[in-house]
Amino acid sequence: MDFSIASILALDGLTNGAIYALLALATVLVFAVTRVIFIPQGEFVAFGALTLALLQAGKVPGTVWFLLILAAAAAAQDLVQGLKHGLPVAGIARKVLGTTAYPVVVSVLAIVIAPLKTPLLVQAALTLALVTPFGNLIYRLAYEKLADASVLVLLIVSVGVHFALVGLGLFFFGAEGYRNPSFWDERFTLGALTLSGQTLIIFAASLALIVMLWLFFERSLHGKALRATAVNRLGARLMGISTIGAGRLSLTMAAFIGALSGLLIGPTTTVFYDSGFLIGLKGFVAAVFAGLSSYPLALVGALGVGLLESFGSFYASAFKEVIVFSAILPVLLWRSLRDPHSEEH
Amino acid sequence: MKRTTLKTLAAAAALALMGASPAMADINIGVSLSLTGPGSGLGIPMQNQMKLWGPTIAGEKVNLIILDDATDPGKGVSNARRFVTDEKVDMIIGSCITAVAAAMTPVAAEAKTVQLAASPVGVPPGQDGWLFRLPQSNEVMAHAVVGHMKKLGIKTVGFLGYTDAYGELWLKAFTAEAEKSGIKIVATERFARTDTSVTPQALKLTAANPDAMLIVASGSGAAMPQKAIVERNFKGKIYQTHAAATSDLMRIGGKDVEGTYVVSGPAMVGTQLADNVPSKKLAVDFLTSYEKVYGAGSANQFAGHSYDAHIVLEKIIPMALKKAKPGTPEFRAALKTAMETMGRTVFSHGVMNWTPTDHWGYTNETGVMLKVVDGKFVVEK
Repeated sequence: MDFSIASILALDGLTNGAIYALLALATVLVFAVTRVIFIPQGEFVAFGALTLALLQAGKVPGTVWFLLILAAAAAAQDLVQGLKHGLPVAGIARKVLGTTAYPVVVSVLAIVIAPLKTPLLVQAALTLALVTPFGNLIYRLAYEKLADASVLVLLIVSVGVHFALVGLGLFFFGAEGYRNPSFWDERFTLGALTLSGQTLIIFAASLALIVMLWLFFERSLHGKALRATAVNRLGARLMGISTIGAGRLSLTMAAFIGALSGLLIGPTTTVFYDSGFLIGLKGFVAAVFAGLSSYPLALVGALGVGLLESFGSFYASAFKEVIVFSAILPVLLWRSLRDPHSEEH
Repeated sequence: MKRTTLKTLAAAAALALMGASPAMADINIGVSLSLTGPGSGLGIPMQNQMKLWGPTIAGEKVNLIILDDATDPGKGVSNARRFVTDEKVDMIIGSCITAVAAAMTPVAAEAKTVQLAASPVGVPPGQDGWLFRLPQSNEVMAHAVVGHMKKLGIKTVGFLGYTDAYGELWLKAFTAEAEKSGIKIVATERFARTDTSVTPQALKLTAANPDAMLIVASGSGAAMPQKAIVERNFKGKIYQTHAAATSDLMRIGGKDVEGTYVVSGPAMVGTQLADNVPSKKLAVDFLTSYEKVYGAGSANQFAGHSYDAHIVLEKIIPMALKKAKPGTPEFRAALKTAMETMGRTVFSHGVMNWTPTDHWGYTNETGVMLKVVDGKFVVEK
């Protein structure tokens, strides 16, 4: 190996690492606020990439119908709950409307402008608008009632949600893979390296999102509420912070980050309905590296996973995944030796 | 249709002449296909083609019992059990997915019933006694690839294949064929369909600087590794296998797959074939009859497997009827013997010659080399 090969490998690893970093941040965020180990994080990546691909083809993406079905289920839940608690009709109607208004509006918008072949950026924005509400709806349908259950129960629910989303992804998107066009086709040569515009966009978008997350947690009231919930749920509730609202918000952010990652990775590889799982799992490895609690460490872990993967596939491509996922073992050992603590129940 | 009617008449006449026509039982065939799930893109065209079969084959009434296995090996096994215990079928066709078909094989073997699989099932030697395959083996396809490489004077090859069974079987088949022709494999790299990047593998392969690359991948997964290799400024020839011979290669690969050589069976390129290719007539007939009913561009190679299954049945049913009556173990055994002794038979997918020791059977006349020109497959002559 000479320097040029090493630098190409490093660039490739860091590019993927930047995507894993986003997913790792989302995983840490969801776990900190809700104690849910959110395995389906990767599915949002596939949903984002495939939704954009279908919009590109001028078709109405299956995400639209999926979103409407989820919204209807959540509205039904509102209705049943409202009746059970004997709320007035107007109150129930307002709740149902609140649940369904956004999904219906964005779905109708998608159905109208899908055949128009609008510019790529409009379609990308529409994709984000379509996939983001999934987080809120999935939290309400799968996790909200179990918010106080043990980490293990929530993990089992996550596995179930993951399988459901992969199966439904197959139903709504089909078994074919898609590759999206680049957002920026420019190429820059830097010694042995060729930087594509898409690579730069991946780095810039990841960096921007990390800064935005930091500002959100440090400067905004919602962000501080999320942090407070992460530190102590009961204490936060006593202070008047809605832990349910915090859970919904964190899953919505996770869905947004996932969909954005999907948009970023779509032009560099072929994405299938089941591609998300492994990508999300690598983000999870990085999050574990950070003990599911530290954002900066998750970032470092993700870049490490990307580099390990890239150099691993150069030296022994048949054992690439083995190398990446075995790396979690020494990390777990180091973490449990460094701060031993008992499992919270 | 006309031909079948004629044959029916002929068979009826023959029976009348013989005078004693025992009340023949219908022939029952169990068909397990993936009509739902990820394999439905393969199973549904197979079922469509079977709908064109008509009620009789070789003058005999044939009942097809078509069940959905949902691309699930467990469901395939329960379908196969139902076929052999409840329906008492004379023969099983299916499935179109390798994992499902492989799970069905022990059931069929136990009931001593022929299983005609539409997928390249590789079971350990000695266990495929009742299993016959409709798709070509990788060996036959590798033979065609190596033949073409030899013609172009290629001496060294880089291999980039799936980390799964398909990649492994191709590597084995290709290594054996290449050694015979003095072609050296200078680098072997692996990747998975859902990988986010194959740049490291492409780097290593291009560093070895082979004359050609062989990419072993399927469907829409085949374009991504090729794009990575082209991105590394590889100037040699690139070969793809028959699982990549779909329009998805061009849909995703775009201009990066121009000039790629793709090995394929003859079924999908009927009209383009040279007249001396044995399968030409059948391939053209298959494509025109299928697309007349289901629309232009709707046929795929799996519909072709159904077409070929019909050819098999037309040939073996009369042979087996001479020995035994349908619904008996003797008839099932006679079907197996008939398949092993039917000799050289032209299919839409190639030239078949099953023998007692070879249940793959395609001869080396089968593989056809295609080239991507202007986003379309063109037969290399």
